[in-house]
Amino acid sequence: MDAVVTRLADQIRGAAAGAAPLCIRGSGSKDFYGGVPVGAPLEMGELRGICSYEPTEMVITARAGTPLAEVEAALAEKGQCLAFEPPRFGGKGTLGGMVAAGLAGPARASVGGVRDFVLGVSLLDGRGELLQFGGQVMKNVAGYDVSRVLAGSLGVLGAIAEVSLKVPPVGAARQTLVFDLDQGAAIVQAQQWTSLAVPIRASAWHQGRLHVRLEGALAAVESNAVRLCASHAATALEPEAAAAYWSDLRDHEHAFFRGPPPDGQTLWRIAVPPAHPPLDLPGDTLVEWGGGQRWVFSDAPASHMRAIAERAGGHATAFRGAPERAETFAPLQPALERIHRRLKAAFDPAGIFNRGRLYPWL
Amino acid sequence: MATASSTARPGAKPADPPWDVDPDSARAAAALVARQSQVLAALARILPAESLLYRHEDTVAFECDGLTAYRQSPLVVAMPHNEEQVAQILQQCHDLGVPVVARGAGTGLSGGALPHRAGVTLSLARLNRIRHIDPLGRTAVVQCGVRNLAISEAAAPLGLYYAPDPSSQIACSIGGNIAENSGGVHCLKYGLTLHNVLCIRGYTAEGESVQFGSAALDAPGLDLVPLVVGSEGMLAVVTEVTVRLTPKPQLAQCIMASFETIETAGAAVADIIGAGIVPAGLELMDKPMTAAVENFVHAGYDLEAAAILLCESDGTIEEVAEEIGRMRAVLEGSGATRIEVSRDEAQRLRFWSGRKNAFPASGGLSPDYMCMDSTIPRRRLAEMLRAIESMEGKYGLRCVNVFHAGDGNLHPLILFDANDPDQLHRCELFGADILETSVHMGGTVSGEHGVGVEKLNSMCVQFSAVERELMLAIKRAFDPAELLNPGKAVPTLQRCAEYGKMHVHRGMMPFPDLPRF
Repeated sequence: MDAVVTRLADQIRGAAAGAAPLCIRGSGSKDFYGGVPVGAPLEMGELRGICSYEPTEMVITARAGTPLAEVEAALAEKGQCLAFEPPRFGGKGTLGGMVAAGLAGPARASVGGVRDFVLGVSLLDGRGELLQFGGQVMKNVAGYDVSRVLAGSLGVLGAIAEVSLKVPPVGAARQTLVFDLDQGAAIVQAQQWTSLAVPIRASAWHQGRLHVRLEGALAAVESNAVRLCASHAATALEPEAAAAYWSDLRDHEHAFFRGPPPDGQTLWRIAVPPAHPPLDLPGDTLVEWGGGQRWVFSDAPASHMRAIAERAGGHATAFRGAPERAETFAPLQPALERIHRRLKAAFDPAGIFNRGRLYPWL
Repeated sequence: MATASSTARPGAKPADPPWDVDPDSARAAAALVARQSQVLAALARILPAESLLYRHEDTVAFECDGLTAYRQSPLVVAMPHNEEQVAQILQQCHDLGVPVVARGAGTGLSGGALPHRAGVTLSLARLNRIRHIDPLGRTAVVQCGVRNLAISEAAAPLGLYYAPDPSSQIACSIGGNIAENSGGVHCLKYGLTLHNVLCIRGYTAEGESVQFGSAALDAPGLDLVPLVVGSEGMLAVVTEVTVRLTPKPQLAQCIMASFETIETAGAAVADIIGAGIVPAGLELMDKPMTAAVENFVHAGYDLEAAAILLCESDGTIEEVAEEIGRMRAVLEGSGATRIEVSRDEAQRLRFWSGRKNAFPASGGLSPDYMCMDSTIPRRRLAEMLRAIESMEGKYGLRCVNVFHAGDGNLHPLILFDANDPDQLHRCELFGADILETSVHMGGTVSGEHGVGVEKLNSMCVQFSAVERELMLAIKRAFDPAELLNPGKAVPTLQRCAEYGKMHVHRGMMPFPDLPRF
């Protein structure tokens, strides 16, 4: 075990002995998300650096505190990427924080989420043991797939020390088209085009305009852009403007998200089956993922937002600015809650990691 | 490869049931008979008589899955028609402390559905309805017993299909695919079962309804879908699955490329990926395998080549033309000695016919074969093939090789005669050697077939005691009484301790002269 890992493990053992809470911390770029962080910081920032990167294997392995920007720069040099486009709030995020938060950007619906790209991790559990799960290979069904469960776990199971990710090539070509459509038509259209194998990598609808990014083989992007423009009035964005649009959307720098939420309002994230028709949401709405992720600022009570999402077969997250951060995530059915409690006890018997970050009782 | 019933469970305590303490005793037999009547009486309140099998001649068909070398009679086979019955059976078994082994089509290759001698085999084949297909959202809601290929057949009129295509797809069920996280030949581009499943509904060991994932792209709380997928029926009983459907590509075209050495073929695989190409399929067959399948399907394979690569592109007509051009250029640069591009669908299917028939063709080479399933980093393919070559000499058995080269997933088929106990034993050692070599190369003992009972010992090599301990704790988090498919996938600490001793005391092993690590 290297010196930094040993020191972290010692800190964990010390905290576990006194059942003192620890707050696993990368850059702190997502401190706003989930329950309010409590406990002494377990600083992961020093645990940094790319351990191995084999472009011909489509796999990168890096330590948890490695800045996301460093990883993305290394990948870009070899024409590969984090296909799920994780948000870089404030430009500071770390790789470990990216996995623990489990947030994906505009391309989520077409390529998959964070967990779909996780191949393996090493993890410091609540006893300070360094454990390895998964690996650096594409297929692995030996034992339970612990590594992927960490994606979106908000650190409640342990501190990620190292991650291996699948890193596919960037699309050879991309083209962004803008259509004037109302929300309902935009959702249907995005779904229909995808069903017809139009290579839609990302889509976003806001205030009557649907942005669609085609990405893939040059021939496929060109022919489909022609086809879509022939059947619908569309504007093509210049490459620089398009890149800026998607990057802003990804990092929540788009005008819809920018700045703190308006007075007393919460930014709600509503995840529903993508093809579901427009929801009766009480406020300005931005729709991503072909309909699968819908954002709205609202001061409506959480119960109201949760009911809307549930009726549509989905769930609502109080993403930012909630009056009651302990209730960020939708409650779980009883059987699931029991499994959560027992998993927590298995990974973190003293209950020290990121207490209350996911649920107040976890 | 002893049958599961012939040895006492390692670490069995006197307080354990008689069938664990002394399985072959008259006391054990009597206890099993008593338990069988107790279970039958309880389940008869839930199921009609025709849905409960217990006579040996009726349960014999359930004695094994696709790994036929391991066999065990179940106490009772229960065949529910609906979810309510599944829930009630689980509740009853839980109350009685009876293990439950869920079973789909029984095509698994690692003994994951091997019955428990004192347990109920829960055959879910009758839950075989396709409930709903959403053409706009491209999803299908299906019961667990629906066959993999039946989903694609039902979606075909909509221009959609279910992408994961394990070679048993005609027969295997989606519930079994969930249990094993099944792959197939298109995983690199289209993902495994995990990547194509949105929502899993089922029941806990106590018979309580539970849902993992959702019809949306995520669900609140910890994402337990990746734990349940590939859990070999040990965490929950899956009854209904929402799968993602994929638009059928307009066109698929395949390149067949020959190489003079294994090394150049292995390098070509890396070159393709390094060029930023993600082929729809990338498969490798070695020379002996090629000869075997050519004899079987007469597809016109190059019998001179040391290795053959099948490299497939799919998508729109323009996309495929562009990608095939790039693939061809890379393969030429990598030293392919012969390149053939499929002219039409019939020829493409002919290229694949051999690969798809690799297992039956191997059946013609030898009375039995054992298929291994480890995965290694792609760049070590050639090294691995050389290692296997030298193991052939070491163990005195032949081995033919097919690889999902794009995934680094190996399927070496070790040829042997199961009627010769010595060959069977050498075959087991050969297999374990391949698995351990894979782990040492940075790979894993199972890519897509699962651990089941077959690779329990190899799990001791891949994972440390604390890692295995955590996996056992995960099992208990879902199933505190440890009644769902007990004894599979994750070895007990005692078992690994025993296996460790075998390694240390080499003089005790039946073939002390065989060089090991």
